[in-house]
Amino acid sequence: MSRGATRINSKQSPPELSATAVKRSSKGAVQSKTGVASKWSSYLGHHRESFYESLSRLIGAPIQSFMTAAVVAIALALPATLLVALNNFAQLGQSWEVNPKISVFLNVRARATAMEQLIAEIKTYTDVAQVDFLSPEQALQDFQQFSGFGEALSSLEENPLPATIIVTPSVGAMAPDRLRALADKIAASAIVEEVSMDMAWVRRLQELMALGKKVVLALASLLGIGVLLVIGNTIRLAIENRRDEIVVSKLVGGTNSFVRRPFLYSGLWYGLLGGGLACCIVMAGYLVVEPSVARLAALYQSEFDLQGLGFTGAIQLMALSAGLGLCGAWLAVSRHLSDIEPS
Amino acid sequence: MSMIEFSSVSKRYPSGQEALSGVSFAIGAGEMVFLTGHSGAGKSTLMKLIMLMERASTGQVVIGGRNINRLSSGRVPYHRRQVGVVFQNHQLLFDRNVFENVALPLRVAGYQSREVGRRVRASLDKVGLLHKERHNPITLSGGEQQRVGIARAVVNKPPILLADEPTGNLDPELSAEIMNLFMQFNAVGVTTLIASHDLALVRRINKRVLTLAQGSLVHDGYLAELQTEEFEL
Repeated sequence: MSRGATRINSKQSPPELSATAVKRSSKGAVQSKTGVASKWSSYLGHHRESFYESLSRLIGAPIQSFMTAAVVAIALALPATLLVALNNFAQLGQSWEVNPKISVFLNVRARATAMEQLIAEIKTYTDVAQVDFLSPEQALQDFQQFSGFGEALSSLEENPLPATIIVTPSVGAMAPDRLRALADKIAASAIVEEVSMDMAWVRRLQELMALGKKVVLALASLLGIGVLLVIGNTIRLAIENRRDEIVVSKLVGGTNSFVRRPFLYSGLWYGLLGGGLACCIVMAGYLVVEPSVARLAALYQSEFDLQGLGFTGAIQLMALSAGLGLCGAWLAVSRHLSDIEPS
Repeated sequence: MSMIEFSSVSKRYPSGQEALSGVSFAIGAGEMVFLTGHSGAGKSTLMKLIMLMERASTGQVVIGGRNINRLSSGRVPYHRRQVGVVFQNHQLLFDRNVFENVALPLRVAGYQSREVGRRVRASLDKVGLLHKERHNPITLSGGEQQRVGIARAVVNKPPILLADEPTGNLDPELSAEIMNLFMQFNAVGVTTLIASHDLALVRRINKRVLTLAQGSLVHDGYLAELQTEEFEL
């Protein structure tokens, strides 16, 4: 120890109560010379440290970590599965080939040039995919062929059927209000007698989808709050377990954000792990259900193809879960960390 | 220039107990002072005021020329980095080795890891425990644990060193060793305040002594001037 004493006496300058003291001391030069850059790099350093340290704590208690992550995963997998099912349902709806066609019945006295003009105009509309013209003669032929009134019709002196334009809206224009707007625009033409379309199915499907989405959203919100609470509680326990460390850190000058950081990273990890597990659950469900759906579709001669979560969906689920984990940890930390003060 | 200055400082706890009443004194930069008095006399409260674990109810506590009563809670950690503290119960963490315990003040202050290693080893070398850096503090003796606590208190070279009963649980020989360490730090300019009721030791070192009794400062001077009976209150 006497060796240590001579070292202190010979090498160290007396410390003073200011930052400059650090600068003047020969050994402190490295620390304070670079100022902001050094602070920034040490800030990043602690982030990196907290990142790995919280991960190693997670791995260090695998069963507990897994249980927390599993609860998170189950809570998230349920609404995620429902959402996937809903999307498939919507896709199924579109493949029913009940795409609405707008039938535009023209005035019987309309001139051919006016009709051609109207057709050309309709073709320029952005919401229109295809325009077909059905002349009165064609209409009559079709009617005779399919209605079974052939004999009766041929006895008529005059063709009672009007010329018809059949408009197929583009896929993007399937929303009821856009269809309605399109129909109104066409009806404004002077030679148009009547516009008719069947929108009931569109409405029904839309309403069903909206309802389904609301239910899924409500369920997801509730389960999301559950995830927040589960992660919050796990972090609360972690804070309790590390009370001594927090107290000592605060005693030696640790800031609140320094003390908070590892716990926030723990929350993030729980969220990510839970989100990953949730993706696995949804994918497992897909693998179980997919062959049956494919066989069923084959029986109906449908080309329906069951969609899974997809890459984007999985990323979104993970991000959501990580966000929830972070928020849960934040709640716990802001609630409990300030209570722990050295005394 | 005084490093620690108390002006009519009182501390009343929410329970109504008045731990300090009207305490005034000044400790110059580089001075070494002992704080004595019976347990409950207010020694710990006084130390807590200096490191802002508590705030004065009335009066001013000025550290290094700054009135710390007005320090916002966000600035408290930075204030604590200027004050090294040695606790009677060490406050060591048993989930990490000696090196990591000593490194904690540097880690919270954001030192680069190369710098941390260098400073921690220098600090452990001073207290003679360099060879135990990989040990868990729980495997060390009481005296060694106390020395780890001292190494941690001085590792970031604070201008002020506080020690609350640092020799409380140690035998006389170890106590003398610990005191010797404090004197070494004081010799390089660290303002040192040591709370102790080991009067024999305090007398032998013969530095300025502040004596508290029931929250009031009853003596400020050298122990030789003081009759032993005054301590047996």
